[in-house]
Amino acid sequence: MSYNLKEEVQKSERFSGGHRMCAGCGAPVAVRSVLRALKPEDKAVVCSATSCLEVSTFLYPYTAWKDSFIHSAFENAAATISGVETAYNVLKKRGKIDENYKFIAFGGDGGTYDIGFQSLSGAMERGHDMVYVCYDNEAYMNTGIQRSSSTPHFSDTTTSPAGKVIPGKKQVKKDLTKVIAAHNVPYVAQTTFIGNFKDISEKAHKAIYTPGPAFLNIMAPCPRGWRYPSEDLMEITKAAVETCVWPLFEVIDGKWILNYTPKKKLPVEEYLKKQGRFSHMFKKGNEWMIEAYQAEIDRKWEDLLFNCSRG
Amino acid sequence: MGIRERLSGNEAIAIAFKQINPDVMGAFPITPSTEIPQYFSQYVANGEVDTEFIAVESEHSAMSTCIGASAAGARAVTATSSAGLALMWELLSVAASARLPITLACVNRALTGPININCDHSDSMGARDTGWIQLYSENNQEAYDNMLQAMRIGENSKVMLPVMVCQDGFITSHAIENIELLETEKVKDFVGEYRPENYLLKKENPVSVGAYATAAYYIEAKRAQAQAMINAKEVILEVAAEFEKVTGRKYGFFEEYMMEDAEEAIVVIGSTAGTAKEAVRIMREEGKKVGLIKIRVLRPFPMKELAAALSHVKSVAVMDKAESFSACGGPLFAEVRSALYDCKTRPLMINYIYGLGGRDVTVENIQYAFESLKEIKTSGEAGETYRYLGVRE
Ligand SMILES: Cc1ncc(C[n+]2csc(CCOP(=O)(O)OP(=O)(O)O)c2C)c(N)n1
Ligand code: SF4
Ligand SMILES: [Mg+2]
Repeated sequence: MSYNLKEEVQKSERFSGGHRMCAGCGAPVAVRSVLRALKPEDKAVVCSATSCLEVSTFLYPYTAWKDSFIHSAFENAAATISGVETAYNVLKKRGKIDENYKFIAFGGDGGTYDIGFQSLSGAMERGHDMVYVCYDNEAYMNTGIQRSSSTPHFSDTTTSPAGKVIPGKKQVKKDLTKVIAAHNVPYVAQTTFIGNFKDISEKAHKAIYTPGPAFLNIMAPCPRGWRYPSEDLMEITKAAVETCVWPLFEVIDGKWILNYTPKKKLPVEEYLKKQGRFSHMFKKGNEWMIEAYQAEIDRKWEDLLFNCSRG
Repeated sequence: MGIRERLSGNEAIAIAFKQINPDVMGAFPITPSTEIPQYFSQYVANGEVDTEFIAVESEHSAMSTCIGASAAGARAVTATSSAGLALMWELLSVAASARLPITLACVNRALTGPININCDHSDSMGARDTGWIQLYSENNQEAYDNMLQAMRIGENSKVMLPVMVCQDGFITSHAIENIELLETEKVKDFVGEYRPENYLLKKENPVSVGAYATAAYYIEAKRAQAQAMINAKEVILEVAAEFEKVTGRKYGFFEEYMMEDAEEAIVVIGSTAGTAKEAVRIMREEGKKVGLIKIRVLRPFPMKELAAALSHVKSVAVMDKAESFSACGGPLFAEVRSALYDCKTRPLMINYIYGLGGRDVTVENIQYAFESLKEIKTSGEAGETYRYLGVRE
């Protein structure tokens, strides 16, 4: 099936506009891209962890979700959707429902890499037929830009502020996609918004229609927390991919596949310089930060190439 | 009538679940409730039920899966104790506010600090304000009977609240006693099918569950939830009346034992009632006018009914198997004493904190409590109201 953006956007939206997320926010773009990958004839139950996404899309008495939707708490989206999926299996077995349903959970990086990590790991291991989507904006945005384990090295956040003696976040970003791949689930992928959205759309489709648990990690920039002009969303994601800060890859049944190799791998400055959260790294005397950042990205890229080379 | 058996409280609950054959069970092991998911997963493995059992990675996820399953339109159950219930705490409120009639078998065990595996009521008392209906059981028979009534109460359209059926860890959960089970067909007839009005998997009408409610709506949601708890009172009695028709066993908000002409009374929860009844029986033989009230329903709290049952008594000791660290008494004491405030004449009242972390309670302990009630009655002074029973000072 060849991918056609025009056709894709003509499908009726399952996630309506008019929600309260900031202009230029990556999260609703991620959600819309994933839900569009559902076959129109299939029904879905969507779950969201407490996050910017959740509090902005389901404010009583309004909901942006056209499919059935459940929010329970911050740290349990994976367990909650496991319960829904299990209910579906048993009600189907008992002849109480006959439609096809798909199950999709969304969590921010805080709800996924950190507080909801155990719940996610448990659900992946148990093998529910579900997709867990992390929209990764690299901090706790809903509570005002605090660092998470997904926040990159040196980022200036409200709990890892760049100060006179500490240069922003001291730790490097956790590699969650790899951690979930180590769960040996049938489908794991990393993606973001690139070009005509072919990459994210195809991955969402595979994630939804691969039987068993699937995990999608989507870089979903936050103009407020990352401090860049909101209209630059696609430039930021492009720079992330071209610098190999956010490589596009899949792990299908344990096989690592690189989906995109930049023609010329750009230096990380091309990504960092666009964002206020990294601005202190460009001050005189802080060149070592950029070097350290580059070294970390290079190491991870080599590691990824190695995994993919093994076929 | 019925099936005569000898079972532990845990097995009685597991058998109730087997007879009911719920849609989903999500559970995680913790002493002393571990046997419930163990027995149940064996029933699943043997095909005796077709429930989907989810062996989750924590109690937090156990309650989360129950929330997901219940919201999806399934009948969901779980079992836990102590630290497990504490880990669920945030989600207990989520379940109640989403009006999901989940059923939880709570096998009471002391909360950690120091860690202890034996019975007290600190776990379920800590959850008493989360919006769950709470039914307490004296023995295995009551645990079983309460479980058969739980879903009828929680799933009633005027209620739609989760229900916790509590029994005392080890004392009830592990002691093997006689029990009369109801035939499985009769259980199925009595409990019926779960038919929610709205649920996630209802194809004609997708729903959103778990909204963000601003100050413009939050209090109305809570008011509606409070009304459901008020409505539960009537439903609990209706279900009990029907249950009596089927089994001959009678249940209410609480049991009154030798209360008609009692001048001194104690109020207890759970298995201690068995020991206390023996003390009352002995003291009655000695001509002492003593009686006992055993609370079955703590949420909703039977305030008026308790006031009526206790107002004629001269002195009352409320027995708390949990601290509340108010520096003036346990949780049951505060509520029972408040229940009596509107009475024209009210008894003198004291509180005994007892049995924490599984400390044995003997007939002599209870007799001692009654003796102090007698002194209070005679002197007309309650004295120190916040007391401990059977503690080394
Ligand atoms: C148990 C618990 N702890 C803390 C919070 C407060 N809280 C709500 S959302 C949030 C951060 C969400 O961060 P993330 O998952 O990255 O989503 P984002 O808002 O960044 O999109 C926090 C800390 C909560 N709701 N529950
Ligand atoms: S703060 Fe960031 S993540 Fe939250 S809605 Fe605004 S742009 Fe999106
Ligand atoms: Mg975030």
